[in-house]
Amino acid sequence: MIEVENLTKTYGERTAVDHVSFAVNKGEILGFLGPNGAGKTTTMRILTGFMPATSGTARVAGFDVAKESMDVRRHIGYLPETPPLYPDMTIESYLDFVARIKNVPAADRARSVTDAMRKTNLEDRRSELIKRLSRGYKQRVGIAQALVHDPDVIILDEPTVGLDPKQIIEVRNLIKGLAGSHTIILSTHILPEVSMTCDRVVIINKGKIAAVDTPQNLTSQLKSGQKIRLEVQAPEAAIRGTLTQVPGVSQVHVEALPSSDRSIVTIETAQGADIRSEIAAKIIASGWRLFELRGVSLSLEDIFLELTTDDASHAQQPVN
Amino acid sequence: MQSFYAVYRKEMGHYFVSPIAYIFIGVFLFLAAYFFNYFLTIMIQQSFSMEMQGMRFGMPPEIDVPGQVMRGFFGLLSTLVLFFTPILTMGVYAEERKRGTMELLMTSPVTETQIVLGKFFASLTLFMLMMLPTAGYVIFMCLHSDPMPPWRMVAAGYAGVLLLGGSLIALGTFISSLTENQLIAAVLTFAAFLFVWVLDLGSNADGGIGAVVQYLSVIRHYDDFTRGVIDTSALIYYFSFIALFIFLTVRSIDSMRWRRA
Repeated sequence: MIEVENLTKTYGERTAVDHVSFAVNKGEILGFLGPNGAGKTTTMRILTGFMPATSGTARVAGFDVAKESMDVRRHIGYLPETPPLYPDMTIESYLDFVARIKNVPAADRARSVTDAMRKTNLEDRRSELIKRLSRGYKQRVGIAQALVHDPDVIILDEPTVGLDPKQIIEVRNLIKGLAGSHTIILSTHILPEVSMTCDRVVIINKGKIAAVDTPQNLTSQLKSGQKIRLEVQAPEAAIRGTLTQVPGVSQVHVEALPSSDRSIVTIETAQGADIRSEIAAKIIASGWRLFELRGVSLSLEDIFLELTTDDASHAQQPVN
Repeated sequence: MQSFYAVYRKEMGHYFVSPIAYIFIGVFLFLAAYFFNYFLTIMIQQSFSMEMQGMRFGMPPEIDVPGQVMRGFFGLLSTLVLFFTPILTMGVYAEERKRGTMELLMTSPVTETQIVLGKFFASLTLFMLMMLPTAGYVIFMCLHSDPMPPWRMVAAGYAGVLLLGGSLIALGTFISSLTENQLIAAVLTFAAFLFVWVLDLGSNADGGIGAVVQYLSVIRHYDDFTRGVIDTSALIYYFSFIALFIFLTVRSIDSMRWRRA
């Protein structure tokens, strides 16, 4: 549905998007993950025909974004970072306006507007002025605006930013419900969002693609080892000495817990080894008191940091 | 056409759903009515005193009261237009850019020309709605004059107002497309209006550059209309002026895609 090849965008000296290539299949939800300023918005703006690429090609719904922009725009629904709303309009008249400029035929317009409001749960507030709506409702109107002409492709730039946790869940469920009949790209810098909603993830950093895979694969592929977290009452130096002797332990990091005599110990283990019981046994044998022991698997957060943190900041990090 | 109408309709809704149109038209009509009354009173007093003089020395002088009032009134309308139009046009694109709705328009299957024309004609419609009631004052005066002044004069006057307004709206919306800040748009527009207004003042030179500069002043051609004269060169001037700035606005909108957002 979407094919992007070697897309590059430069602003003067700065390269915002650097030879990005990826493809999205029909009905899929693709997550665009990256820190702020990674080039997510720029890529989306090129796909929607808002701005031209410096080089490279992109095809949406079979149309070239540079050469057949009008056809692309007819097949795309786009929610920019700030929902493009007219505060003086009511929800219904706003959606009617969007349906008009998206070339929805007059006969279908009322039905399209009602459908979009139904999908986004806005029906009971249809005649309310947009300026009177809360942030969450405004975001929903923004999403309704992207759906009103029933486009093949929906592009959502940070759809959950600024919403409260309940609204975030609503929006995520809404997006999941749209998959299948629509192809969706959404960008975010919130990691759980990607693992919860997306079929595939593109991790982008400094304009370059760092990884493309399913959230599950990314998590397992980069799970080089497991971490074990302990809370123990023991002399700090002794813990380190004792635990490093346990086979399978690659690194031990001890941190004193403030306002108590306990310590938090983080142990990194070699791949594949499950040594939790050995560690527990060792601590008990040493006569220390164990309060907590649990395995921590690498989250998308760790993967993300691993992929997007550059060498300079690695050097600054304290060596564990 | 559908897209043009959608943009036009949205703009008109924006004017009339919010208090903008009502305040704008109300204040304008109040000022216009006040000055119309003022001109009419002055002219009637003047004509009386002239008649008295005529009776004393014989040979009462000819004085065209409705003609004089109309000239004065259309002159005043042009001055009010100078002040009101920058406020009317300052937000047309600046507000749209600031709210991010320009991104919606530019990613919809609407051409830049459709956007620009839709907005231009919406502003022009509001402008006409603002001017239309003042025709009532003029018509009222004409109906009570003897002999009745030719209707052509009224028609020419309003044609002039419309063309002047259209030109200033085209220029003002162009300036609005250059900035995100409404205040900057208003100030620059006012300065630009004054500039094209007074172009004919500083150039007294006969022929050559002076004549060209004089020809470029928006108000010079307007004077003909207030005298009931519709000159083809004035029509060509105003239509070219409007077309030029509509074209520049289209280019300016298009260039937003290339500029760093």
